[in-house]
Amino acid sequence: MNATAESYVTEDGRTIGAPVMEMKNITLKFGGVTAISNISFDIREGEIRAIIGPNGAGKSSMLNVINGFYHPQEGEIWFHGEKRKPMKPYQIAQQGIARTFQNIALFKGMSTLDNIMTGRFTHMKTNMLMQAIWKGPAEREENLNRDIVEHVIDFLEIQAIRKTPVGRLPYGLQKRVELGRALAAQPKLLLLDEPMAGMNVEEKEDMSRFILDVNDEFGTTIALIEHDMGVVMDISDRVVVLDYGKKIGDGTPDEVRNNQDVIDAYLGVAHD
Amino acid sequence: MFYRESGDFKTTYAKDTQTFPIKLDRMGYYTILAIAFVVIPTMLVMNVGGGANYWTNAILLPFLIWAIASIGLNILVGYCGQLSLGSGGFMAVGAYASYKLMTSFPDLSIFIIVLLSGAITAGVGILFGLPSLRIKGFYLAVATLAAQFFLVWMFNKVQWFYNYSASGQISAPTRSVFGFEVTGATASAEAKYLFCLVLLVGVAWVARNLTRGRIGRSWMAIRDMDIAAEIIGVAPLKTKLSAFGISSFFIGIAGALFFAVYLGAAEVGEAFGIQKSFLLLFMVIIGGLGSIFGSIIGAAFMVLMPVLLKNIMVGQLNWATDIAAHFEFVFVGALIIIFLILEPHGLAQLWRLLKEKLRLWPFPH
Ligand SMILES: Nc1ncnc2c1ncn2[C@@H]1O[C@H](COP(=O)(O)OP(=O)(O)O)[C@@H](O)[C@H]1O
Ligand SMILES: [Mg+2]
Repeated sequence: MNATAESYVTEDGRTIGAPVMEMKNITLKFGGVTAISNISFDIREGEIRAIIGPNGAGKSSMLNVINGFYHPQEGEIWFHGEKRKPMKPYQIAQQGIARTFQNIALFKGMSTLDNIMTGRFTHMKTNMLMQAIWKGPAEREENLNRDIVEHVIDFLEIQAIRKTPVGRLPYGLQKRVELGRALAAQPKLLLLDEPMAGMNVEEKEDMSRFILDVNDEFGTTIALIEHDMGVVMDISDRVVVLDYGKKIGDGTPDEVRNNQDVIDAYLGVAHD
Repeated sequence: MFYRESGDFKTTYAKDTQTFPIKLDRMGYYTILAIAFVVIPTMLVMNVGGGANYWTNAILLPFLIWAIASIGLNILVGYCGQLSLGSGGFMAVGAYASYKLMTSFPDLSIFIIVLLSGAITAGVGILFGLPSLRIKGFYLAVATLAAQFFLVWMFNKVQWFYNYSASGQISAPTRSVFGFEVTGATASAEAKYLFCLVLLVGVAWVARNLTRGRIGRSWMAIRDMDIAAEIIGVAPLKTKLSAFGISSFFIGIAGALFFAVYLGAAEVGEAFGIQKSFLLLFMVIIGGLGSIFGSIIGAAFMVLMPVLLKNIMVGQLNWATDIAAHFEFVFVGALIIIFLILEPHGLAQLWRLLKEKLRLWPFPH
């Protein structure tokens, strides 16, 4: 493949477009700690982009910069070819960026269905008065969005737990519901922070399949943090490697696997 | 198997999300509405047993009005997770707003006045909700407590609010709906009752609609996990302020009714003091956080319980009234602790569990 071309077609026939998200010279500090140090990388339209690195490398911080929780001291973020002004996380959500968290962040008091319906928030527009009256626009909008949510529920094979309060679900299913909530937003860019952490092999296989299917069927661009190297090498188009807040590798899985810096700093190191 | 949902399949989303999905529940609901709108007013008009005024003033009006306030507070605390101890002060805003409107615009319909009082209270609630972006939980509770004291102080100090009356009291002039007096000394029990009932049904209906859709889910999202809510696109401040606004709107309506229909005359410290804030919070906790139905039974419980206890302790056991009053405090305190520890979802949850038991009975498996 030619990484500098505007677009290319992968071996399995997916089209990868121009960069949608470009991080340019990002530096993020917490007091004396430099979590991210002068890192640049891009995410191309339609690709699955993995971010790997040992614990504390700055991976989650990078996602937090992308969706506006952290504001870097230096650097620029370009989205769809435009430099992004500092924005609040909820404004960034409205631009079509959704994510899941390393530690599950579901709405514990709500059912699976309501959690995923909440993911439709940015697509629902009826005002307070219409909601209060319900009959008419509000109910119609609710049913239209419910239809989309039911598709997500079918896709993730969680029909049976539709009405279950999410607090009662086992860990693996909670991770799946959280993915469902992000998918319900029909994002252009989906950020996944360790979606398979703590899962057994079977659950990991399911999750990998969902991620590949989302990317393939809906063309969703995905950036994913994952520790399981087998999974990363299997499903990602390109990998960026971080260590102690610095970028030490960037390329296809094969390129990264054979990069001496990466082997020294990361692959040799035991991690969870 | 007294209570069943089997064979009751849903074929549309609308049917799946209706308020009473089970047929038996729906029938129960219509029965209650029929009793509330037909049977009770008839009994009041005929003055069955000779106690129409007693029942209206001791139980019916306080229940209806507190139920409205309780739904209001539950939206803020139970649905949106923002603790407030300012409810008494917000009820006072509704009361004084209705007083000023009634005396300034004698021809304005009392129905409109009550709604406007709610709207004014909503504005005040939003103002006092502004700190909620920065402070949470206990600290927010303290801030709302400050609102409570400030508002009571203000209605005491600024004479304009009580039209410079020498007593410092406000008293409600006579106003009618469709020719029936609902405020003032000569208003009939059944007219006052029906006026408050219509408002409660309206408030409950609006609250149910707001909590079942997009806005309700955004409130609960903020309550359960504000960070995740934000990455979904929920703007925290706007969402919290909308909960403060809607909550205060209902509480303001309740305050206006409490003064104009129920009390007739009021002095702010006595009618809307901090005890009222706590009473309302107890209703919400005992009834069930995050439940409209719970708000209503919580209000019923807190209104009926003292009447019942007093009848038993003073009427039957011949206890001294002050001892009975003290016992009531202990009893309520114990109940609050029990509910907070054992059943944070209150009576509403107990009711759900009971229904689950009935559904399986007599075959638990
Ligand atoms: N909110 C924060 N305040 C202070 N330090 C932080 C914060 N978030 C992350 N860090 C620090 O930044 C570094 C990178 O953390 P993180 O991005 O979570 O790593 P990773 O996800 O790669 O394991 C760590 O040293 C961590 O302690
Ligand atoms: Mg991390």
